[in-house]
Amino acid sequence: MQRGIAHKYEKDNIDTDVIIPGPYLKIMDPNELGKHAMEGLDVNFIRKVKDGDILVAGNNFGCGSSREHAPIALKHAGIRAVLALSFARIFYRNCIDGAHLLPIEIDREAYNDISDKDELEIDIEKNEVRNLTKKRVYKIKPFPELIKKIIDAGGLLNYTQ
Amino acid sequence: MNITEKILAKASNRSRVEPGDVVFAKVDKVMVHDVSGPGVITVLKELEKRGKRVEKIWDADRVWITEDHFVPAVDKIAAQNLVMLDKFSKEFGIEKHFRYGMGQYGICHTLSHEEAMVLPGEVYVGGDSHTNTTGALGCFATGMGHTDVAYVLLHGKIWFRVPETILFKMNGEIPPYIMAKDMILKIIGDHGTEFGNYKAIQFTGEAITNMPMEERFTLTNMTTECGAKNGIIDPDQKTIEYIRERRPDAKFDLIKSDSDAQYHAIYEYYVDELEPIVAKPHSPANISTAREVSNIEIDKAYIGSCTGAKYTDLLAAAKILKGRKSKVRLEVLPATQSIYHKAMKNGLLDIFMDAGAVIGPPTCGACCGAHMGVLAKDEVCVSTTNRNFPGRMGHVESKTYLASPQVVAASALKGKITDPRDI
Ligand code: SF4
Repeated sequence: MQRGIAHKYEKDNIDTDVIIPGPYLKIMDPNELGKHAMEGLDVNFIRKVKDGDILVAGNNFGCGSSREHAPIALKHAGIRAVLALSFARIFYRNCIDGAHLLPIEIDREAYNDISDKDELEIDIEKNEVRNLTKKRVYKIKPFPELIKKIIDAGGLLNYTQ
Repeated sequence: MNITEKILAKASNRSRVEPGDVVFAKVDKVMVHDVSGPGVITVLKELEKRGKRVEKIWDADRVWITEDHFVPAVDKIAAQNLVMLDKFSKEFGIEKHFRYGMGQYGICHTLSHEEAMVLPGEVYVGGDSHTNTTGALGCFATGMGHTDVAYVLLHGKIWFRVPETILFKMNGEIPPYIMAKDMILKIIGDHGTEFGNYKAIQFTGEAITNMPMEERFTLTNMTTECGAKNGIIDPDQKTIEYIRERRPDAKFDLIKSDSDAQYHAIYEYYVDELEPIVAKPHSPANISTAREVSNIEIDKAYIGSCTGAKYTDLLAAAKILKGRKSKVRLEVLPATQSIYHKAMKNGLLDIFMDAGAVIGPPTCGACCGAHMGVLAKDEVCVSTTNRNFPGRMGHVESKTYLASPQVVAASALKGKITDPRDI
């Protein structure tokens, strides 16, 4: 179960170049990467985020490059889950296989309902997101079987077939 | 089955697969570069910290390494990463390591075909999103992150969800001044940057049959900008000759789509009708014809990257620049050392220098806004690269127009975005 404050960016196609800009790709220290998370979109991002918080965004979140620096930077900035209308595929894989954070697809209704700074709770066992501020519950699609197993194992490297 | 399905079925030891099936497939080739390599090594070191010492990798002969994003070493961190890569390849016996300053090297995706590192029918995983490029050889080529690549290095296999395939039939004769870049920008403009998400994009038709191999790679390269898992083209005689020229002894399986193959969607294009296209800031889907934006003044023309610095790209630009002078900063960075050398021998570099260009070593450099010519605030660039998101080539308030090498060359001559037919 994840509980945290929502940081909502009402934008589609938030790409890896804004999540962690190219010049930082040579950095391998995750905490250092975390200091530059979302720098291309919002320079105040890391000051706003507390450990355990949740990012909310539109369609095709994480499009662009295959850099695993993107979910790593978000995680080390404190983000534990991203709720988006849809995800770019490599970003999605990286989140799951690297066990960095939970990528959760939400529908348009939930997306419109969630406001910036709402307190949310994610429950992937019951397949729901609860909005504690607004006292509402949003249903989410269950993860495909293999993906759920990889999440439960704590990432692909811990998963044995 | 179509070619993507047939390759994945074979690699996962099944007689059939359907889109949506999740399979563990055997991988034939893996690539890491100077950004993803250190990332993968970090993942392996994490494993060691947790008590799982990695003594060997699954098959050192199937792994290859490039140095392209931050070379020549940009700073101390980049230099250290190269040392880390060097130690890694020595420790695990990886011989195919293309080091800069030691003969052939260059941008990973260009090397993948220029050196025939990957063969038709293979499953190829690269630690870079434009790994899709190599699919023009008739292989399944897809990009992944560090953890996935580390898994492949350990186990030689990885999970895939079999993608639905979208087929683009490119009909008609390719008119003068139209290149594969115009075709793919048109497709992305018509369909958006996420229509290919989780899917395969396959190209077919007489325009594909008639185009040189190097042009085909421009199409598959930018399937990444459609969000696609892989881009692919059925191999033909040209594919075979291209591989044979590079590796006469190579053995490979020629896998082609069945005549009754199923597709998620089929789109037909008539290339005769195409005009030179540009993608305006800040999305590859934000297209218009070059003529529609011919009032846009530029500060820089960039010919580089895995998309637009292959030999045929340089040749196309040189034909327009020959005997003329550029009005703006013109930067030319051949994609590999072999292409650089060939351009030199055939006089292309003279043409570029006479036009006023600076010629740089093969590197990703400015394509990802990292070094070697990044853009300042408010600067406008017309570029043969593949992405123009905010900040991609430098300052977040710089602007990049994506275009074919011929449009970039013509624009350099006028100092404004220019249709090459208007020179
Ligand atoms: S040239 Fe650009 S797009 Fe190609 S691999 Fe390098 S950074 Fe990526």
